Amino acid sequence: MTRRWRIAALAALLWWPAAALAAPVNEETVQAIASGLRCVVCQNLSVGDSPSETANQMRAIIRERLAAGDTPEQVTAYFVDKYGEWILLAPTRRGFNLLVWIAPFAGLGAGAIIVVLVLRRWRRRGARTAPPPVDEAMRSRIAREMADSDR
Amino acid sequence: MRRPLRWAIPLAVVPVLVLLAYGFKTDPHAIPSPLVGKPAAAFELKTFDGSPVSLASLRGQVVVVNFWASWCYPACYEEAPALERGWKRYQDRGVTMVGVNIQDKEELARKFLGQFAHTFPNAPDPAGRVSVDYGVYGVPETFFIDRRGRIRAKHVGAVTDEILRKEIDRLLAEPVS
Repeated sequence: MTRRWRIAALAALLWWPAAALAAPVNEETVQAIASGLRCVVCQNLSVGDSPSETANQMRAIIRERLAAGDTPEQVTAYFVDKYGEWILLAPTRRGFNLLVWIAPFAGLGAGAIIVVLVLRRWRRRGARTAPPPVDEAMRSRIAREMADSDR
Repeated sequence: MRRPLRWAIPLAVVPVLVLLAYGFKTDPHAIPSPLVGKPAAAFELKTFDGSPVSLASLRGQVVVVNFWASWCYPACYEEAPALERGWKRYQDRGVTMVGVNIQDKEELARKFLGQFAHTFPNAPDPAGRVSVDYGVYGVPETFFIDRRGRIRAKHVGAVTDEILRKEIDRLLAEPVS
């Protein structure tokens, strides 16, 4: 292989990833971004799930930005910039929002601890308050009443 | 241990009630725009008459950008006469009004413009790019842009003469830099 050929091959190799980046946008990426965005004209529907024209246009904008070389994070950030955090279907996990993510698990944990404590106390109390001893008089009374009920 | 527990049960309801009271009092449709106070996104559109309109060419003027659609009944129909009146009142005082028609069919949009005899520039936004740039989530929405090109106020729902006057006068009263 001549030197020139080697350089050409190297150039082709270097060029290849760039070509891959410029290749048509991966629809799965578009869908992944769209499903995290709230469809602004819908109720409780993501841009990915809505058939509305607005959602269609938003998907087109996502596609366009990806094609222009934006990362998925940058595309999402663009929408947050314009609409605020409200556009995200799941609040970001930082700052005050962490409360939303942590509180349910903290609540579950606290509940589990309370259940364990209460169960333990019940068990201890159960052991302490044994049934009253059955004496001879009681035993004969039971026998008598059972015999009565049989009749 | 028994006593405080008996206390804790009704007490636990309090934060839930506070949360519900807060939740039911706020309007789920009133979403604060993060764009107020920020530079308005540039746009270049072609009006229904075929002439270009861009925000850049309006720098130095107070600009009112109104997003509307012909299917937006009744709000867009209610505000249309007020917008035209506002335009007539302020057009010679350094104020421009731009109507952006979104999510619409051209024929119906033209019919709407004819019905209200609008004389200020109105342009369609066929790809919805301008409406996303302005964080529009419904029609009508109106943005008030100051002379330096920053969004200073956003009004969701039909505008009235009073709202137009209040917002425009406020921006006109600011010193020309």
